[in-house]
Amino acid sequence: MKTIFNGEKDTRLFKNVIGETIADILKNDSDAVYLDADLMNCVSTGKLPAETDRAIDCGIAEANMIGVAAGLAASGFKPIVHTFGPFASRRVFDQVFLSAGYAKNDIAVIGTDPGVTAAYNGGTHMPFEDVGLYRTLPGAVIVDITDSVMCEDILRQFKDMKGVKYMRVGRKAAHKMYEPGTHFEIGKGNVLREGKDVTIIASGIMVGEAMLAAETLAKEGVEATVIDMFTIKPLDEKLVIEYAKKTGAVVTAENHNKFGGLTSAVAECLSMNCPTPLDYVAVEDEFGEVGPQDYLQKRFGLTADHIVEKVKAVVKRK
Amino acid sequence: MDQNLKKEMEKFAVKIRMGVVDEITTLGFGHIGGSLSVCDALAVLYGGVMKIDPKNPKWADRDKFVCSKGHAGPAVYAALGLKGFFPYEDIKTLNVPGTNFPSHCDKNKTIGVDMTTGSLGQGTSQAVGLALGDKLKGRDSKTYLMVGDGEADEGQVWEAMMFAAAKKLDNLYVFIDFNKKQLDGYVKDILDPGDFGKKFEAFGFDTQTVNGNDVEAIYDALEKTSKVTGKPHAIILDTVKGAGVTLVAETMSNHSMNINKEQGEEMMNELKAKLAALEA
Repeated sequence: MKTIFNGEKDTRLFKNVIGETIADILKNDSDAVYLDADLMNCVSTGKLPAETDRAIDCGIAEANMIGVAAGLAASGFKPIVHTFGPFASRRVFDQVFLSAGYAKNDIAVIGTDPGVTAAYNGGTHMPFEDVGLYRTLPGAVIVDITDSVMCEDILRQFKDMKGVKYMRVGRKAAHKMYEPGTHFEIGKGNVLREGKDVTIIASGIMVGEAMLAAETLAKEGVEATVIDMFTIKPLDEKLVIEYAKKTGAVVTAENHNKFGGLTSAVAECLSMNCPTPLDYVAVEDEFGEVGPQDYLQKRFGLTADHIVEKVKAVVKRK
Repeated sequence: MDQNLKKEMEKFAVKIRMGVVDEITTLGFGHIGGSLSVCDALAVLYGGVMKIDPKNPKWADRDKFVCSKGHAGPAVYAALGLKGFFPYEDIKTLNVPGTNFPSHCDKNKTIGVDMTTGSLGQGTSQAVGLALGDKLKGRDSKTYLMVGDGEADEGQVWEAMMFAAAKKLDNLYVFIDFNKKQLDGYVKDILDPGDFGKKFEAFGFDTQTVNGNDVEAIYDALEKTSKVTGKPHAIILDTVKGAGVTLVAETMSNHSMNINKEQGEEMMNELKAKLAALEA
């Protein structure tokens, strides 16, 4: 897997990528249906209901939206559902769990503004727990989106996949990471950089931070492997174990509470398969707060500098 | 209503009740009150109103039934078994380990069950989704939804009703099983729902209130709905929790009851006598 990472931000905004991809999916698949809960204008899909009766604004009633999507799935449709991350996870967890998951009504859920990317919407809208919730849903697939190329490819794959799929993705831009047209294999991590001393396993906005951290560490003589673990469930355990053995130390990096997300998943895998010194860059057990994303990344310890610090600490434990 | 059809539906309702008693006496406990209250509606739906094919239960163009009060599963299973979706005797495995007949309706376990329900309120949105799906697919199919009066405490019910009316789902038929009781007591004491009829009218539904333990009243109400287009239909079923079985109907706390063998026999004898009278 090749990366075109150069430290710059993506020129395509996620919200436009989501809007364009959904429009294209609806145009080309008459079984596809898209539901939103009064947040269409946040992901550039506001004009779709005028174009097709398969773009449905359900109003601010997320629980009903998930149930309607489940019913549409049972009726032969392939629903894609969007709302902000906190509402796409904790607000509708029982509906996703039973009406979709348990009942085997296949739906794809997009939760926008994960973690600190909720920025000026603040703590009420800042999901640090969405991955943790979805991980407890049997068979759920969870992807933390890295860049626009991945967003488009995963969304197209989600549309046709069985089961409950959850995508957490920002609306602005993250670091540019992949060449246009890259295909992503769900359930397989991408090794973006090879290094013998430590493995940084990151997802979402933290992949770019991990790449920046690896550059800094290289200058100081520490060679880091960087894995983009965009699929948090099912976790690519084989890759985790392989690189834990190769490098002897692991640091996870996620825009999520340290409980329940990528850090937990990697810790579970390593402790049961090959105990390895492990540290994390993740949100401590805290609620979110309001502010610009760069401030929040510093406030919650989600920067390249924090990764560098944790790497230095963990390699001493080897 | 055709009087022969009426008699057939009345007999069917008694047989569904016998099935419920059969199922619940297997393990000696279960959700009997709210299963018995919906038997007459089920007899009308599965006894001739619904477009179904027991040999082809997943037929896309069929009419669908969602029992959002999922704990009335035993009544649904009896109706489906009597219609031949599966061998009738299977329903007697209710809740035994590995059964396909769990307390709450599960479309992946029971042949003929159209939706998985049990977390109250959720079946309403799912039924709305089925009705919307049929419209989008251009199918001439109806979705019938059974909601408990206690279940209507759930906010999701009203989100779903608002959506159904806004989207003009006139292929959706909502029954409220107004049996006046929920687990902890009378609905008017636990969380008074007020006037269901007025609520549904205010939500934009074509609304009727009928005796929900009278097959003719239910059948006639459904006939009337066919004259109304452009809005979903609500039929408030004025029912008795435990209807048709004296021992259950006369028990105050009858949401879930323990039924011993003698009580089961007493119930069955009452139903057998009713059936014999109808067949005479």
